[in-house]
Amino acid sequence: MIEIVSARRCIACDVCVKVCPANVFDAIPAAAPAIARQADCQTCFLCEIYCPSDALYVAPDAEGVSGVSEAAIEAAGLFGSYARALGWRRGRPDGAQNDPTFRLRVAAQ
Amino acid sequence: MINPRRVAEALDVSTDVLVVGGGPAGAWAAVAAAEAGSRVILVDKGYLGTSGATAPSNTGTWFVPPGEGRRAAIEQRQPRTGGLADPRWVERTLDTAWDKLHCLATWGYPFPRDDEGQPYLANLRGPDYMHFMRRRVLGAGVMVLDHHPALELLGNGETVAGAGGIDRQRSRPWQVRAAAVVLATGGCAFGERILGSATLTGDGYLMAAEAGALLSGMEFSAQYAFTPRPSALNKGLPFRWASFTRQDGTPISTEGRDRHAAVAAALLDGPVFAQYDQASPEVRQWLRQGQPNCFQPFDRIGVDPFTERWPVMLRCEGTVRGVGGIRLLDDDCATGVPGLYAAGDAASRERLTGAISGGGGPNSSWAIASGNWAGRAAAVFAARHGARSAERPVTPLGQAGLRPARKARPGLDAHAIVRAVREEMLPLDRNFFRREATLRQSLERLDGCWADLRGHEPADGAAALQAREAAALTATSRWAYRSALARAESRGMHRRPDRPGADAGFACSLHASGLDEVRLARADGRATEAVS
Repeated sequence: MIEIVSARRCIACDVCVKVCPANVFDAIPAAAPAIARQADCQTCFLCEIYCPSDALYVAPDAEGVSGVSEAAIEAAGLFGSYARALGWRRGRPDGAQNDPTFRLRVAAQ
Repeated sequence: MINPRRVAEALDVSTDVLVVGGGPAGAWAAVAAAEAGSRVILVDKGYLGTSGATAPSNTGTWFVPPGEGRRAAIEQRQPRTGGLADPRWVERTLDTAWDKLHCLATWGYPFPRDDEGQPYLANLRGPDYMHFMRRRVLGAGVMVLDHHPALELLGNGETVAGAGGIDRQRSRPWQVRAAAVVLATGGCAFGERILGSATLTGDGYLMAAEAGALLSGMEFSAQYAFTPRPSALNKGLPFRWASFTRQDGTPISTEGRDRHAAVAAALLDGPVFAQYDQASPEVRQWLRQGQPNCFQPFDRIGVDPFTERWPVMLRCEGTVRGVGGIRLLDDDCATGVPGLYAAGDAASRERLTGAISGGGGPNSSWAIASGNWAGRAAAVFAARHGARSAERPVTPLGQAGLRPARKARPGLDAHAIVRAVREEMLPLDRNFFRREATLRQSLERLDGCWADLRGHEPADGAAALQAREAAALTATSRWAYRSALARAESRGMHRRPDRPGADAGFACSLHASGLDEVRLARADGRATEAVS
């Protein structure tokens, strides 16, 4: 589930409020959005890749809150890690042209 | 439900075609209707671009060139569908998907190139694909309303005439009058925590049934996916290279067996662990690079899924990767209710995949094909009937959760109903393996939930959405289990250990209808045994 909106990294653009399919966030004027409906999170990681400043962290546990700290995620270099793996940058898509999944589909047959 | 005194600025607009749902089927339907000359509005519960099961995933497409090879592919798959697929529908799905995937390439979607330098069109990366489709939909002139869940359809006594719902970020009601409506609301995951589940609560099934449409193949709603516990990553591809063990390390043999059933049986005995140890170093690299979402659960907790074993579970995918949905009447994806069309997971996919899951590829080609057929047909219907439709007064068609059936009590606990649905629909010994006794037990409780929903006062705003989601989940569960009871055999994903093996007398679709009273009928018109 979504666990961290880093106030230090957030630029208050509210794009996460807009794109979250589960409507988890609430916009706060001139501040980082609040995680208002955490239990509704579907743990899809999409908010992370749309975030232009890598300010969000979704813990992989879909059942409950794991209680990770911002400092630990920062130290582990996990902010923005899914976006980097896809090739998305500053909230914009890129990297699909390098997707080698077609090799897997051949290998799987 | 919609109380104009509470909110001054209700949105009330008219259009030719309304598309409900912003996954791939809805996006393609909207583009097709706009290209056919209609004014189009698309509403989504979440956000066109992230909603649904496709956006968080990486999906294959069923992409077979026309000709002999295609005929062979269709014939090869046919026996596995339990005899319920229709080769003509398979052919036309492949045909339309072939055309439209080439359109995607022409429009500039960044397909990867194979070793011959040719674009590889048989795979789509979910976040990129749906981001691309959003731009395409907007570019076609479609008005997109994100975070506008539809709560109910509107009717004018002759045709479906639009839909109404709430703008959940501004807490105001909306109403869109339309000459034709395409339901592309996705399947139903019964409240399971899988990718896309936030929007996949079966809302379209409920709305369609309230308008008089039938459901078909709802017993084929027992699809489950291997998932690293406790994540939501119900992605199958890496598990091609997985081995499974019990707590004590003994292997679970899946050789020559139904892998899901073998692991399901082991999970009923105790914890099961998996490891992607069958992957070569090359495959490991491609998996990491091509399926990065599948590695988030491991990388974030510091587990190497190739060399360590980790707990695995089967998460229910209901009709999302299952089959059942709104019965389609004809090639246009008409539902039989004038002006109402269905596409994607919201529609029954039996004609394409029969009794088995289409997996990623066939299902994603189905979304493309059925979205295009439904969108175009809705545009034609709107052009023919729009003027007459616009003159007639509309009435809202929503019932459970919106308008009580009788003297109503306050205080509906929608969360308790969702919890009950999860408890009846997710356990492996209830839904994966189905038996008459447990089906009847579950139905008794689910019927009680339905009576609860019908007997409570309506709610406003976000609570109304919760009530409607609870109603859709409950209604879908009741159609699924009543159909499962009626199909007294095992076929495809419908596993009845108390009725092992397929019965030739059941080589036919089952249609479910009705809300307070669920009725079952065979598609071939023969009588069904009474199902109570």
